[in-house]
Amino acid sequence: MFENILEKENKKVILLGNEAIVRGALEAGVQFVSTYPGTPASEIGNSFYQIQNSKDEIKGLYFEFSVNEKVAMEAAGGASFCGLRSLVAMKNFGLNVASDFLLPLVYSGVKGGMVILSADDPSCHSSAQSEENTRAFAALAHIPILEPSTPQECKDFVKFAFDLSEKFEIPIMVRETTRVAHQSAPVKLSVISDQLSKKGKFVKDHKKFVTMPPRVLEMHQELLEKIEKIREFSENSKINSIFGNPTSSKLGIITSGVSYLYVKEALKELNLDIPVLKLGFFNPLPEEKIKKFIGPSAGGLIKVLIVEELEPYLENEVNKLAKEVNCDLRVIGKDSVPEVGELKPEIVIQVIAEFTGKKYKIQDTKYKIHGAKRHPQLCPGCPYWFVFNGVKKAAKDMDVIFGGDIGCYMLAGFSPHNIQDYLYCMGSSIGIAHGIKKAAPPAGGQKLITFIGDSTFFHSGIPALINTVFNKSNPLIIIMNNSTTAMTGHQPHPSAPAEPDGIEIENIVKACGVKNLKTIDPAKQKEFIQTVQKFLKKDEVSIIIARHPCIFLKKKK
Amino acid sequence: MEKSLEQFNIVIVGTGGQGLITLLQILAEAALIEGYDIRTSELHGLSQRGGSVEVHIRFGKEIYSPLVAQGGADLILALEIQESLKGVYFANENTTFLINKFFIPILGEKLLNEEEILKELKKISKNHVLIPAADICEKELGSNVVAGVYLLSYASFKKIIPLKPNSILKAIQKIVPKKHYDLNKKTFELAKKYEKN
Ligand SMILES: Cc1ncc(C[n+]2csc(CCOP(=O)(O)OP(=O)(O)O)c2C)c(N)n1
Ligand code: SF4
Repeated sequence: MFENILEKENKKVILLGNEAIVRGALEAGVQFVSTYPGTPASEIGNSFYQIQNSKDEIKGLYFEFSVNEKVAMEAAGGASFCGLRSLVAMKNFGLNVASDFLLPLVYSGVKGGMVILSADDPSCHSSAQSEENTRAFAALAHIPILEPSTPQECKDFVKFAFDLSEKFEIPIMVRETTRVAHQSAPVKLSVISDQLSKKGKFVKDHKKFVTMPPRVLEMHQELLEKIEKIREFSENSKINSIFGNPTSSKLGIITSGVSYLYVKEALKELNLDIPVLKLGFFNPLPEEKIKKFIGPSAGGLIKVLIVEELEPYLENEVNKLAKEVNCDLRVIGKDSVPEVGELKPEIVIQVIAEFTGKKYKIQDTKYKIHGAKRHPQLCPGCPYWFVFNGVKKAAKDMDVIFGGDIGCYMLAGFSPHNIQDYLYCMGSSIGIAHGIKKAAPPAGGQKLITFIGDSTFFHSGIPALINTVFNKSNPLIIIMNNSTTAMTGHQPHPSAPAEPDGIEIENIVKACGVKNLKTIDPAKQKEFIQTVQKFLKKDEVSIIIARHPCIFLKKKK
Repeated sequence: MEKSLEQFNIVIVGTGGQGLITLLQILAEAALIEGYDIRTSELHGLSQRGGSVEVHIRFGKEIYSPLVAQGGADLILALEIQESLKGVYFANENTTFLINKFFIPILGEKLLNEEEILKELKKISKNHVLIPAADICEKELGSNVVAGVYLLSYASFKKIIPLKPNSILKAIQKIVPKKHYDLNKKTFELAKKYEKN
């Protein structure tokens, strides 16, 4: 719970993985924190926001909800260039948005320690879109990646990451998954740093901060060399460690993150003693340590099992290393560990039982019974009920395509609404709408209405809107102006009422050159329906700003 | 401090908005007071808006996985009777089902009635305790939002959960916001009274 984050040192308190990340950053003396919310990373920003707005406010610590992840990472980068320790947190998809900055940032490196927190969501418990595995950025961006298993490690790894980042002048990524981020457990606390009086100063150094050719190629070379140095460091780091006696067995297991916990649980349950190499570094991998673990010096493993969620990144690396030291080694991974969906203790125990030839009775599931499915629903009293009902009435006898975007309003896709014909990523509803309207024949053809949340509009809807105006197509865009980022826990955004210097959506839309614009409270159904019908006939893009606060905002008042 | 307990695994099922995470926090805090190792797993986000939610807590001497394994629950605490069926995946023949006798309808779905649900649960385990916690709390305290805390307290008085009532009360005091503490304490005492009946 939140209060525990600020507890005194040496105490043992229960923390959520994400809260432990916050504590770790505070112990490391973080001075600049930015984020754009996204589950399962949201509690990190929420906790800093709460600290900032509480009596426990920490002097010398700056926090912001940025407009999107790219801007958040750029801002954290800027602070680090000035020598401050900075943290930027996001969910996996956010890293895609920020990746254009990420690659040159890793080239140039940083000054103050900089930690990038990314949270993956295998099984998509709280994500639409994809089961993205951000480990892929190790290969794409060369960024060092640490993978904690428990809240204690979340705290300790973040602190370690700040030191590592400063030592090697490179941003470090800490990768969580849902079952780490939303796992709670006792955590032993250390001292919160009080060294926050440092003032940032940007010292000009174009060799470091300007990524133009030909210098950028040198930077690429320097980066590769830096990674090899970090690899040496990784070889000797305690966060990659072997549990059990490596010479005692012809079998071994390599794993990391939450999978390690399932492995330990399974070994206990099966009463097995097999050596386990737990990797805290996913990148750069301690190759010598792995070779030693799988090679002849360990008594010659016959089989090694790689327990990892999603894609076989680790398995592929171990396969390469095995060719160097132990050609006969059988590397078992995705042929027995599922690649889709998160792992669970019952899956890992079966995999290990099979791997070791142990008999294990699987829980009988013959009494699998079906309760009725309970989908998530819009809250009673949610303004979106008015929008969806109104739109359905207005478009009753027309051929209308309904575009979806990311937020509470994607419940349009469930009953009783059932009006969502496509759904991809934040901000995409407008870009796709433009393409569809260009492709579909104009006269008498299909109409298109697309929904986009206000936070999503600020995040990535604006460039797409400008494109729609500039390249001339005519979707009807309904901006769901509930004055909050509801789905991820009601964080503020630039036009939220809590923001005194807020930015009016109308002004942006007008400045983009949109002529058909109306702001309506969708509770006024008649006016809303008439406007939808009128705007569907227009030849240019139209926008309705459906303004009615989320019920959670009313409660707060 | 008795530490002989190897492990105790609880899955709490219910619907978004029923306060499952608060219950999890109370349990975790109480287990910490008794010196156990603890792991919980919760879910946030989309699943919260009235959908089915399931959270896990395990405590004991040495705990690794934050998730209870299939068939591995000692206790399934259901805050809504339909949702108890979702707990079946984690049950075995010794599992106790502690169920709030409380229905939340699902739009456009025909639901099993109490008798049908119990019949299904009995195929797995004979141990179920059905308690009209929401009604009791509504009648005696004028609010059913504390039904979960009622069940938790009841379970500890009845030794369904191996945590002392006193630890639960201390945990409630720590976790529940000050302004709600009185109501929750009354709930705890109400559970004590009913446990004796
Ligand atoms: C790139 C990216 N960042 C963050 C998220 C997480 N996310 C999902 S919904 C949402 C909030 C959208 O808020 P808004 O558009 O205002 O809609 P509301 O939930 O208020 O209806 C966010 C941030 C995401 N899916 N993708
Ligand atoms: S949280 Fe707000 S926006 Fe989301 S469904 Fe509930 S009322 Fe609607």
